[in-house]
Amino acid sequence: MTAVDYVIGLSGLVASGLFIYGLKGMSSPVTAVRGIVIAGWGMAFVVAVAFLQAFNVSDEVLPHLPVNLGLAVVALLLGGAWAGWKGRTVAMTAMPQMVALFNGMGGGSAAAISAVALLRHNETDALHLGVTVLGGLIGSISLTGSLIAWAKLDGRLKNPMRFKGQQIFNLLVFLGTVVLGGMAVVTQMQGAPEAGLFSLLFFLGALFFGLCMTVPIGGADMPVVISLYNAFTGLAVGLEGYVMADPALMIAGMVVGSAGTLLTMLMAKAMNRSIANVLFSNFGASSGEAAGGPQGKMKSTDPADAASTMRYASSVIIIPGYGLAVAQAQQKLYEMVKMLQTAGVDVKFAIHPVAGRMPGHMNVLLAEAGVPYDMIYDMDDINDSFKTTDVALVIGANDVVNPSARTDKSSPIYGMPILNADQAKQVFVIKRGQGTGYSGVQNPLFFLPNTTMVFGDAQAVLGKMVEALKALGTN
Amino acid sequence: MPVTSMTFIIALYIFMLAAFTGYVVISRVPSILHTPLMSGSNFIHGIVVVGALSVLLSATNIPEQVIGFIGVLFGAGNVMGGYVVTDRMLAMFKPSTQKPAQKAQDGKA
Repeated sequence: MTAVDYVIGLSGLVASGLFIYGLKGMSSPVTAVRGIVIAGWGMAFVVAVAFLQAFNVSDEVLPHLPVNLGLAVVALLLGGAWAGWKGRTVAMTAMPQMVALFNGMGGGSAAAISAVALLRHNETDALHLGVTVLGGLIGSISLTGSLIAWAKLDGRLKNPMRFKGQQIFNLLVFLGTVVLGGMAVVTQMQGAPEAGLFSLLFFLGALFFGLCMTVPIGGADMPVVISLYNAFTGLAVGLEGYVMADPALMIAGMVVGSAGTLLTMLMAKAMNRSIANVLFSNFGASSGEAAGGPQGKMKSTDPADAASTMRYASSVIIIPGYGLAVAQAQQKLYEMVKMLQTAGVDVKFAIHPVAGRMPGHMNVLLAEAGVPYDMIYDMDDINDSFKTTDVALVIGANDVVNPSARTDKSSPIYGMPILNADQAKQVFVIKRGQGTGYSGVQNPLFFLPNTTMVFGDAQAVLGKMVEALKALGTN
Repeated sequence: MPVTSMTFIIALYIFMLAAFTGYVVISRVPSILHTPLMSGSNFIHGIVVVGALSVLLSATNIPEQVIGFIGVLFGAGNVMGGYVVTDRMLAMFKPSTQKPAQKAQDGKA
């Protein structure tokens, strides 16, 4: 090993240490910002040191080095600047699809490493080639799969694409891709000239399978899918680490691979589904039939009336949903909450694990409006308090407070844990209209005797509530 | 580093230890941090850009340069986007114990 090898090797060691330390820091809100900054320094350091490889190339590469260096700098600046700008300017509500996009790029990068490794024909070890192909497969799936997830969450792909025999078709595509990958390995080992062709076909198959796998999955399940592809990319990066004999990639990739798998399972659990169920069940396909739903009449009232009820209640629990964020009404909501607090009302926020578009997304959206995180409670911590609470205020949430998840076995969301909003003495639901939620299921909560609807745009309704509270004063 | 310096068995050991590390680090995280954390781990696998860089720097023909360029471009996007998004989200979490004046200062910074 040369001195440059040692420096590069040690930089990877330092970086992976900082990544793990940073990730650990991100596990508490108090140290989280420091955690990402520490991990960021690790990344900057290891990327800078990677350029030392320019001093260490073989004679064969030397004539190409100036071009390679130029390309590397341009690619880094271009990719970094574009993503930095995108990440800086994207609205917090659109965050999940942005994460999906960046994740897909990581998967694509891993696949590119595999592609070049296969292109070079300098490896004949079956195991090494097998890992290369596997990393390429997972990375490619993550690339196109994440792109579809992004397009769906961004509203560019409206409906899940489904056709008869789709699962069998997908299985055939997958098996075909695996066979092509196997052929690529075998032809590489023999040094056959077809190796390049098989590698190319293999990558096309893998990219196509990523598309096929993701198009039938409904938008509501996309967060779980994004989290899964995040774990996929981690795994692919770990495998590329083996291909490149770079332990830093192996460690960082595999840490993310396992952490991402755990996160995915936590999310799926919060929706009471298995990962297999999310991927293969075509959830929501039958929701149209449930339109009969609960009968009866909804009661409705005006915002001022609801506001005065809350003003003279002793405790209020607010259940925010994605509709709140879509209406950009978090600021208004917090303004109202502060007025209620001044009036001596005990106000809490209850967050369902899948509120927003991924677990914790709603916390981010509330944090953006300045709501302190110690006012925000997880489902398990607050669900028993609803019985003793005067008012539950549901804003833009629907499926997460649907009591039929507890009782109605025919409901598509049966078994999903929900917030017990219906147990509060009085329930107000701020809602645009009488339609169903994201899953397309009718909600019996709206027809309960203790429920009163407040129809209108969340932003406008909360504005009127704030006006009404001002008129009432704080004493 | 020459490829032969690492046997497959050692690689498996590294994978196993890293997998446990990831599991343990994440398993204690409160759910309010799940989204920033997914984004944070998304940033960390951006280290793939280092692998892509070494592929591109040692390229000897145009196809390798093209694929290597795409690899570095995507990897850089993964790193930069992951960092910016995570940082933005985490900076928003503030406890209510903070004094209003301090909060206003943070808002301006």
